[in-house]
Amino acid sequence: MTTINKRELIVSAIENGTVIDHIPVTTVLMVLNILGLNNYEDEVLIGINLDSKKYGKKGIIKVRSKYFEQHDLNKIALVAPNATLIVIKNYEVVEKKSVQIPDKIDEILKCINPNCITNKEAIKTQFTVIGKDPLKIQCHYCEKSMTNIRFAE
Amino acid sequence: MTNLKNKNLISISDYNKQEYLEILKLAAEFEENPRQEILKDKVVASIFFEPSTRTRLSFESAASMLGAKVIGFANPAATSIAKGESLHDTIKMLSSYSDIIVMRHSIEGAARYAAEVSSVPLINAGDGSNQHPTQCMLDLYSILKTQGTLENLQITLVGDLKYGRTVHSLVEAMCNFNATFHLVSPTALKLPSAVKMHIKRAKLKYYQYTSINDAVSVSDIIYMTRVQRERFSDPLDYEKVKDSCIIDASTLEGCQENMRVLHPLPRLNEIAVDVDTTPYAYYFQQARNGVYVRQALIAAILGLR
Repeated sequence: MTTINKRELIVSAIENGTVIDHIPVTTVLMVLNILGLNNYEDEVLIGINLDSKKYGKKGIIKVRSKYFEQHDLNKIALVAPNATLIVIKNYEVVEKKSVQIPDKIDEILKCINPNCITNKEAIKTQFTVIGKDPLKIQCHYCEKSMTNIRFAE
Repeated sequence: MTNLKNKNLISISDYNKQEYLEILKLAAEFEENPRQEILKDKVVASIFFEPSTRTRLSFESAASMLGAKVIGFANPAATSIAKGESLHDTIKMLSSYSDIIVMRHSIEGAARYAAEVSSVPLINAGDGSNQHPTQCMLDLYSILKTQGTLENLQITLVGDLKYGRTVHSLVEAMCNFNATFHLVSPTALKLPSAVKMHIKRAKLKYYQYTSINDAVSVSDIIYMTRVQRERFSDPLDYEKVKDSCIIDASTLEGCQENMRVLHPLPRLNEIAVDVDTTPYAYYFQQARNGVYVRQALIAAILGLR
């Protein structure tokens, strides 16, 4: 177990919770949205345009007192494919995980077919990932496959 | 024997090869003896949110011949849908009035959603440009009847291969039977790559042509579809290609004896009327086969066969 390093302290350390690192700077707010952190009542610390050796600039999100299921974290793979998830307990890193594009994506995306039932009635969208590189998904309802990803509002 | 009881039919890929063959076998039994009162105490809801002639009437005829009561509508303007009722609520209500629902809707995905909402099984009778699986089943039945087998056939598909949902489903289904595909269409209306992917995955062969003449002599089945004027933004483009995808009796000279011409109907000018009197024309019998296939589907899904 390694103690959380000084660079991550730039945004302020958390005692318990999750750090989501290596988020592209343009998608930090999308990650917040996808993980439902817009309405989270405890502390959420956000860093944007932090220096990154690997990516030049990066974003980081620290969420106090919250741990995520891998299946939830995988949803952010669509906008932050290189994100690293760091689980913190008592200021210490107890686990590091990477995200993976899931086989199925529920709710967060919108079907691009304007004549799809999901764009006509209040229905939660469901997509099957039929290709990961490049990303290609298929709507569970209208069965259209698409490479353009649109997030639900 | 596979059990299809309560199994929705929304997309042709919902059923597997064994299940197709089960339905086709049952359809042959109903063709022998189409009037059987096996659905005497059953209610079939036939709900058509957009106009349909053949599909609706053949479903209702199929259900009636088996003794079922048929309820529903052919025109949603006369129902509470016109008052703004959601599909969700309409299906909730109807599934408490019936034992099975047959639905056509203009919106893609409506059938899959309705099946999730419904407490009784649902058969998709067409959802927008997406799926029309019972047409595909009757196409398979017609191919089986005319060729004696579904295996190893040369299937020629002609016309609008880009937007034609019946073509897409037929390709997908015939990939289970080691078919070779001959694809005849104007360049602008070629089979989409997502559908060709089914052929590639099944490691089968396809050949593309822009004129039907090149494929006639090798075909066991010629499956005709309409090339619709509205698919072309420039009317001149339509004029240029419209005659490359039509057949008359002379086009079929030199074809194999077993070859049969199918068409999901209605036809416009793509099959000249002089083909009707040749031994190759099968499209009207094909439409009639729809009744037996739909009898088989209703009976199997209600668990009565």
